[in-house]
Amino acid sequence: MKTMRLSFKALFGSWFNSLVTAVMLALLAWIVPQLWSWALSGATWIAQSKTGCAAGGACWAFVGAKLKLFLYGNYPAEQEWRVHLALAVVVASLAGCVLDERRKGRWLLMLMASVPVGAVLLAGGILGLVPVRTSEWGGLMLNLVLAFVAVLVSIPAGIALAFARLSKSRTISWAATVFIEFWRAVPLLAVLFMGVVMLPLFLPKGVSVDNLMRAMIVLVLFTSAYMAEVFRGALQDIPTGQTEAAAALGLRKPQVALLILLPQAMRIAVPGIVNIMVDLFKDTSLVSIVGLFDLTGVAAQSVKDPAWLGLSTEAYVFAAMLFFVWCLLMSLSGQLMERRLNSRFSGR
Amino acid sequence: MQDIGAGAPWRPSRRFALKLAGVVALALFLAWLGHNVAENMAQRGMHFSFDFLHDPFGVDISFHILPWQLGQSHGYALLVALVNTLFTAAIAILLASALGLLLGLMRLSGNPLASGASYAGIECVRNVPLLTQIIFLYIGALQLLPPARASIVLGPDIYLNVRGLFVPVPEWGWSWAVWPVAALSVLALLRAQWRQRVPAALLAAALATLFFAFAASWNRPVLRGFGFSGGWLLTPELLAVWIGVSVYVSAFIAEIVRSTIGGVAKGQREAAASLGLKWHQEMFLVILPQALRAMIPPLTNQYLNVVKATTLGAAVAFPEVVQVFARSIMNQTGRSVEIMLMILTIYVGLNLILASLMNAWNRRLEIPGR
Repeated sequence: MKTMRLSFKALFGSWFNSLVTAVMLALLAWIVPQLWSWALSGATWIAQSKTGCAAGGACWAFVGAKLKLFLYGNYPAEQEWRVHLALAVVVASLAGCVLDERRKGRWLLMLMASVPVGAVLLAGGILGLVPVRTSEWGGLMLNLVLAFVAVLVSIPAGIALAFARLSKSRTISWAATVFIEFWRAVPLLAVLFMGVVMLPLFLPKGVSVDNLMRAMIVLVLFTSAYMAEVFRGALQDIPTGQTEAAAALGLRKPQVALLILLPQAMRIAVPGIVNIMVDLFKDTSLVSIVGLFDLTGVAAQSVKDPAWLGLSTEAYVFAAMLFFVWCLLMSLSGQLMERRLNSRFSGR
Repeated sequence: MQDIGAGAPWRPSRRFALKLAGVVALALFLAWLGHNVAENMAQRGMHFSFDFLHDPFGVDISFHILPWQLGQSHGYALLVALVNTLFTAAIAILLASALGLLLGLMRLSGNPLASGASYAGIECVRNVPLLTQIIFLYIGALQLLPPARASIVLGPDIYLNVRGLFVPVPEWGWSWAVWPVAALSVLALLRAQWRQRVPAALLAAALATLFFAFAASWNRPVLRGFGFSGGWLLTPELLAVWIGVSVYVSAFIAEIVRSTIGGVAKGQREAAASLGLKWHQEMFLVILPQALRAMIPPLTNQYLNVVKATTLGAAVAFPEVVQVFARSIMNQTGRSVEIMLMILTIYVGLNLILASLMNAWNRRLEIPGR
């Protein structure tokens, strides 16, 4: 009874509040039934082509028919186990890092090693694996590959840049600052264009890299600059006493950085890193503008099938839902990690 | 950073040698990159020059604020595109700020329906890429609108159809209607002694504009045959970028509004309540002015993001800088190095200008001596 009275007060406490409630109710009453009938009650789940779909409702049969395209792009269907295996390696080493605290170092090494292992698995060409050209990679898989590699490489790069920017040497600090501020000032799309068009010019004669590699290099450089700022903030948050105490113990500069500053900075940097990861994962969608077929790119490709013409709403809603789930997973696991770290160190 | 090496046994000579080695390595690396570029350009028969800026541009620009005719120079096309970028960024910043404030206040309100709806909306928008949202808006919403004959009427002389949003414009063009407001607002922001009177000055300027605008004759969109003539057309591409960027950034601004208002000391709220101020008085006279101070640095970042996000117009072929310059003109001329240099310079410059403007505003609002 008390809760009812409280909720009544929260909803209709004053005339303004009642007005807000009325407006919100009207909005919900307008949107929810429409959404319900389009997405669920009026939707078609099984059909062979667009003609089999009921008008006025969503045609989810189309998403079912194109599911492989959304997930793997044009990756050969009989080779999909390689994608699953690579994903399993990554997930296993990530889970190991979080769950098996005592052998964390070993799991971290495995995580690092999963980049070359995953690259061999996905690209093939050796060990009897059928080669798969990177132009056939696509869909959600491509977004995950791009984001995973960019995050993994940009964390050490960002740490190095942060130390360089905070260095007492003016030259080093200046060089790092220019690099970081340049990448933070330019739009990702502009530098992606630059990577695709101009990167070949920067490479020595005879060396060429494919489009995926070019986008990857740009994403790594771009993310490193943002990571560097997160780590710089974290390093500056550590009390000066820590460095002084370490110096008093006779530790050398690199030892202070690696053993005293870095472990503490890592903990402070966790929320920032998670934010960058989520942003980066969303930003990988931009590669579709420079000619790669990520989730957004395959969504555009899928609606060109003559059997399923004009179903772009379904295609983009499904792509958005996939993005949403992964971003939410990332933020939630980030919050979990933050809470665990905080509870462990709160007694300090 | 702290002094790491206070007691570390490093001899200055070794330190100097290391530093020198680092600088030499960096210089060599840059020289190597430069050498590669020169060699590659020579091999492909490219030479470095900006002559192409004078050549005529053979692609039409579908939305422009500056006058534009087919065949004007590449350099002028860049200027037209830059003005488009600035215009889009400006209207997106306005809409995103208003929406963000609304969503943030809804989130803070005690009404569970309002705060729940705001929370759900913010989470949905924040966790989906902006690009997907813009393309969805463009293909999944704006292209499904009715044709001109069955336009949706949004207000007097405002029509929405598949060709875009038609709005009336004052007969004498935009210049005089916009400039007095802009000039007065800038003056009001810059002059210290006007600071107290900013709201009054803005209101007066707005009223004056409205008066003149209503007194002037309007160029109204009129349905003729299968289309509209007259008025001003906001193309679907512009609408997709404008609405998409504004909604996306407003979710982040709402979070900023929420956290900074939550950061205002509780005593302020209680003091305002004990003075008998109403909710809106408390919010707009006591809380928001204080929260604004903490809001400016994160808000600056979001505004810079808006400028950068307008580049996504390239996905729906909205003629902004990247679309016109990095795609159309690059395809026509193949001048990749020059064009990329110019684009990067433009964005770094825009970033610096906007950041220093916001910093100046920040300094004005700072409490002296704190």
